[in-house]
Amino acid sequence: MIPPAFEYHAPGSIDDAVALLSQYGDEAKILAGGHSLLPMMKLRFAEPEHLVDINNIDSLKGISEENGTIVIGAMTSENELIASSLLQEKCPLLPEAARQIADPQVRNRGTIGGDIAHGDPGNDHPALMLALDARFTLVGANGSREVAAQDFFLGTFYTALEADEILTEIRIAAQPAGTGASYQKLKRKTGDYATAAAAAVITMAGDTCQSVRISLTNLGATALRATAAETVLTGQKITEDLINQAAAKAMEICDPSEDLRGDAEYKTQMGGEMTRRAIREAVQRAGGN
Amino acid sequence: MSAAPDTLERQDQLQGIGCSRKRKEDPRFIQGKGLYVDDVKLPGMLFGAVVRSPFAHAKVISINKEKALALPGVHAVITAADLKPLGLHWMPTLAGDTQAVLADEKVCFQQQEVAMVVADDRYIAADGAELVEVEYLQLPALVDPHKAMDDDAPIIREDLVGKDEAGQGKRTHNNHIFTWDVGDKEATDRAFDEAAITVSEKILNPRVHPSPLETCGCVASFDKVKGDLTIYITSQAPHIVRTVVTLLSGIPESKVRVISPDIGGGFGNKVGIYPGYVCAIVSSIVLGRPVKWIENRIDNLSTTAFARDYHGTGELAADKNGVIKALRFHALADHGAFNAHAQPTKWPAGLFSICTGSYDIPVAYARVDGVYTNKAPGGVAYRCSFRVTEAVYLIERMIDVLAQKLDIDKAEIRRRNFIKAEQFPYQSALGWEYDSGNYLPALEKVLEACDYEGLRKEQADKRARGELMGIGLCTFTEIVGAGPSKACDVLGVGMFDSCEIRVHPTGSAIARMGTITQGQGHQTTYAQIIASELGLSSDDIQIEEGDTDTAPYGLGTYGSRSTPVGGAATAMAARALRAKAQKIAAHLLEVSPEDVEWDVDRFHVKGNPEAVKTMKEVAWAAYNNVPEGMEMGLETVNYYDPPNFTYPFGIYLCVVDIDRHTGETTVRRFYALDDCGTRINPMIIEGQIHGGLNEAFAVAMGQLISFDEDGNLQGNTLMDYFIPTFVETPHWETDFTVTPSPHHPLGAKGVAESPHVGGIPCFSNAIVDAFAHKGVTHIDMPHTAYNLWKTIHELGLDT
Repeated sequence: MIPPAFEYHAPGSIDDAVALLSQYGDEAKILAGGHSLLPMMKLRFAEPEHLVDINNIDSLKGISEENGTIVIGAMTSENELIASSLLQEKCPLLPEAARQIADPQVRNRGTIGGDIAHGDPGNDHPALMLALDARFTLVGANGSREVAAQDFFLGTFYTALEADEILTEIRIAAQPAGTGASYQKLKRKTGDYATAAAAAVITMAGDTCQSVRISLTNLGATALRATAAETVLTGQKITEDLINQAAAKAMEICDPSEDLRGDAEYKTQMGGEMTRRAIREAVQRAGGN
Repeated sequence: MSAAPDTLERQDQLQGIGCSRKRKEDPRFIQGKGLYVDDVKLPGMLFGAVVRSPFAHAKVISINKEKALALPGVHAVITAADLKPLGLHWMPTLAGDTQAVLADEKVCFQQQEVAMVVADDRYIAADGAELVEVEYLQLPALVDPHKAMDDDAPIIREDLVGKDEAGQGKRTHNNHIFTWDVGDKEATDRAFDEAAITVSEKILNPRVHPSPLETCGCVASFDKVKGDLTIYITSQAPHIVRTVVTLLSGIPESKVRVISPDIGGGFGNKVGIYPGYVCAIVSSIVLGRPVKWIENRIDNLSTTAFARDYHGTGELAADKNGVIKALRFHALADHGAFNAHAQPTKWPAGLFSICTGSYDIPVAYARVDGVYTNKAPGGVAYRCSFRVTEAVYLIERMIDVLAQKLDIDKAEIRRRNFIKAEQFPYQSALGWEYDSGNYLPALEKVLEACDYEGLRKEQADKRARGELMGIGLCTFTEIVGAGPSKACDVLGVGMFDSCEIRVHPTGSAIARMGTITQGQGHQTTYAQIIASELGLSSDDIQIEEGDTDTAPYGLGTYGSRSTPVGGAATAMAARALRAKAQKIAAHLLEVSPEDVEWDVDRFHVKGNPEAVKTMKEVAWAAYNNVPEGMEMGLETVNYYDPPNFTYPFGIYLCVVDIDRHTGETTVRRFYALDDCGTRINPMIIEGQIHGGLNEAFAVAMGQLISFDEDGNLQGNTLMDYFIPTFVETPHWETDFTVTPSPHHPLGAKGVAESPHVGGIPCFSNAIVDAFAHKGVTHIDMPHTAYNLWKTIHELGLDT
């Protein structure tokens, strides 16, 4: 449980961090909260020669609103998400989900950006970002670009980030009135990854679902967007039968790997059950049913 | 003329037996001022890192140390070949077997110790361990104990081939370790043949790990000039470690000092002697410098002392009213690659024969067969007396199975079978003499407190609605406090324990014991015993344990033996001092000793409460004015050999609700009534109950050390291995009755393990009860959401 020797860097600005990444390329890893990276280094599964700690970069932290769009610095901690009155009012899904991540100690250091950029399908934020239709700002040597969450997660531990790029902020558009959201996570215990989890963001007009986004955690190589499930609900009056149909569609895209949390069948079934629960609660919160 | 209010006030000031005083050790723990083994830093200290096997079963073809030795800062790389000339490449186990200290030609379990790299610091040592090149030839692994004695099973212990015993009697197969049996087989078989009703069930106690917060480790320091060896070690039995070190090394026992400093939990994990200790000691002797070895979490979960792995079959014979006529148990015990079972030496299945439980069973027979597999050695008593959890689990599950078969209520069947109060001391069919118990009133108390009838009605309603609700009962009897030396020894040393008390001239005292606290609160509990016996405030009584240079010899702390044995020694030592003090007081009061009487914290002349000498005054006089012919001082030591074990009991009730869609269990209620005889510090007892219930919850609901078919350990970190946090932990309700032990000087019994032993079957009984209406009679642990969902899904209850 002791990593091999490495060089530690603690740049004070995004430019300095990007310069280090440009210099060291694949030999460098960014250190955010460290909860995924450090255990891998201690087990010697990851042996980066350079560790670029971006915790000193103040411009990467904080939650604000720009013309109705919520902007969250990548180095904002989970506990800051939970404590944010802006998010509680405008995007309550994030604080609710952050409370289900790990434990208070981990949430003190664990960051939203680190959780996203690691590309681990077991992390919770990727599915949340899909459900919230978030956009990411990536900064590299060649400047800044914006990528939709939908186009960001390419595979397990594989994202649209280039080796010299840093995820700097997350942008979430304002949600229309009548929107409700829910994140339902089944886990074995505090601190564990989801056995299965589902996020649902639904905009209702009376009893009718105007639009919906549904996504799944830890049920495939990446976080999954359940578009077929969304289609079942969109434009329809939400009934228990329809919710079951949507859950069945969500289960069709599940391709989980077996581990001590359960086999593929159990995880898939739980993906369906979490989807049902997320839809029911989101609808209720949206003011429908 | 008595002065009652004054007497009570003086009693309160002592904070003695019965007082829920705060723990004396806590100020240092809550301020981070404890001293654990890894806090020990000695000048010139080196660090050892262990090279471990990636395979469960393989020949070791070669070990190349060159690259590791070339790394600056590496001082030595030790292998079996280096230990061989010293005769230390194998070591004896507590169970009469031998264990490879470092792999000798082959490895027999994954993560087995192959070499130790000793370096300037733990970083270099870890890098050095990476550089040791070991070439293996993989062999087929034996994982399933049920296949261990197949004709074509791989032979695990080639060193034992051709030997028909491995330290515990005759064996019949290369992978067989022992057969142990007890009871009247013929009479039992006959009772089964003649019985109206019989039930049988396969019942597993899966492999788990005690997993204390602090892992194992040591600092060995050999002084080449003086020839002294000092070992700081995470040991629950430091005196036994000293004796074993002397037997292995030849260093006189007077030159070996073993210190168990503060210990962060033991639960049986810190009873045995581990290869890492031996390697650190040898390295220190060879290099002449202190050497530290500390396990990481993976090492701890993978290699040091698992528990359980008992694959049982339980059978009960009964009449049609559910009155048990006979019990027949068999267990296949998976002991891993070396039989390092922690036990009194002559007890290969520990105290498993307590398996008749709280019930008056006329005849019984139990048999255990131990086998080798390609898994880590051990078989320790995880927060229980030796194999008592396995025994209690079997009987408490089986009585429920019998109740279901006969459609008798699970509380009622217990009433019909309990040993009655007037039967104590009770002679069990398997040879134990239960000291005291009073089960029925305790059961009724719990049933009433929880409105058992109301719960059953609610359950019936819920079942009608398709919901899963279970009510579990467990009415257990433990056997703790090993033990009478006529029955119990460790490597020939009787299982007594000891206390030495020295009262200082100004009336404070220090006491040293042969036991060692790992969180149990000894520094408080023992001080309270002395406070009440000697009339000195427990605030002023220091308790010291764990340093073999200063403490009297004792067998250590495990199997709930500290209060039954060490506590008895403490009371006896204090009483000897009080007898001497009485003579001094009489001398000071110028009367004869029989004319003074004891009054809380003082002696007074009979019939004259004004003529008083306090214990403090007597202590002063002990150093300057004693009766003619009396030795000065106020100091004694007692080695207490208990006449019997103690038999604490408990009545537990658990209510669970199971989510039929996810398999998740909510423990709605857990009510634990414990009877541990005289209660010394009720707050500490309650804390012990809470802790033990937590560990019972952990075992029943989630803990598992599992392997794939190649013997690779799955889930060897706390990400997978279940340690409940306060989020998962249910709310515990505690209650008690008091049935003192007739043979213990204070009437006290052990308590810390009862909640673990009784809690586990209580959870399982509640879980099975939730499915009883569907014909389910048993579900193996752990009752994870995933496992329960499988049951739910098979029964079609999730649709």
